[in-house]
Amino acid sequence: MIWFTVLLVLLVLAALWASMASALLRATLALALTSALLAVVLFAFGATLAAVLELSVCAGLITVVLVSVTSLTQPRSLKEQAADRKRRLRRFWPLPFVLIAAGVGLSFVKAPVDIILRLPAGDGDVRTVLWSLRQLDLFGQILILLAGVFGVLVLFRKEAK
Amino acid sequence: MTIEIPQAFWLYFAFFALLFLDGIWCMLATRNMVRVLIGIEILMKSVTFFLIAAGYLAGRMALAQALVITVIVIEVVVVVVIAGVILGFFRKRDSLDVSNTREMKG
Repeated sequence: MIWFTVLLVLLVLAALWASMASALLRATLALALTSALLAVVLFAFGATLAAVLELSVCAGLITVVLVSVTSLTQPRSLKEQAADRKRRLRRFWPLPFVLIAAGVGLSFVKAPVDIILRLPAGDGDVRTVLWSLRQLDLFGQILILLAGVFGVLVLFRKEAK
Repeated sequence: MTIEIPQAFWLYFAFFALLFLDGIWCMLATRNMVRVLIGIEILMKSVTFFLIAAGYLAGRMALAQALVITVIVIEVVVVVVIAGVILGFFRKRDSLDVSNTREMKG
């Protein structure tokens, strides 16, 4: 249990780094590290399929997209970067302290929980659940993917002269 | 069906809350569009983690994984479309500052 808690602390630290890093590329790499650590956590829970998807899609594909966006936008001057660093420091310095305070506060919460869950019967293989119980999700996923492709096509459409 | 929630629930809930708070702060305290996107990503990570933790505690891992797969698909589409919006905005305005969007016609 201790190693798992250490893993979760590392996950939060990586996310903190992603939100506080001054350079965008560094923030993107920190986000990829967060995804990789989350994939390890999912493996530890036994959610292997979700972990593989998290590692390949979130730590891989999304990092590539974010690096592409960063490289396609123009770099700022050194003066602008220095001013932005100061502004960011002013806005972000309380975040680690807020997280530590929230963590300490939450560690004292041990209230009893009585939740009534109405879940579908059976918990077989994830493929069975996806294809037989959550068919509507698959339909929604296909629609969302098509909407995403259509959205990107519209965004990159060349304007008529 | 009543499920007794073990003590581990509070551990998972605490880390979910920390990740969620981090993501919200990242979104609200910055003006850079790419950083807002990174904040959304951190929020998605927290939700993914908590869905799997809840599935693990409830003994419904397959259902939780099915939901997480849906979340990941939506996450990718959201990131790609927002990245396209950011690039389009940068080409028009030569800036990544969120406050510049107020001047747009809509």
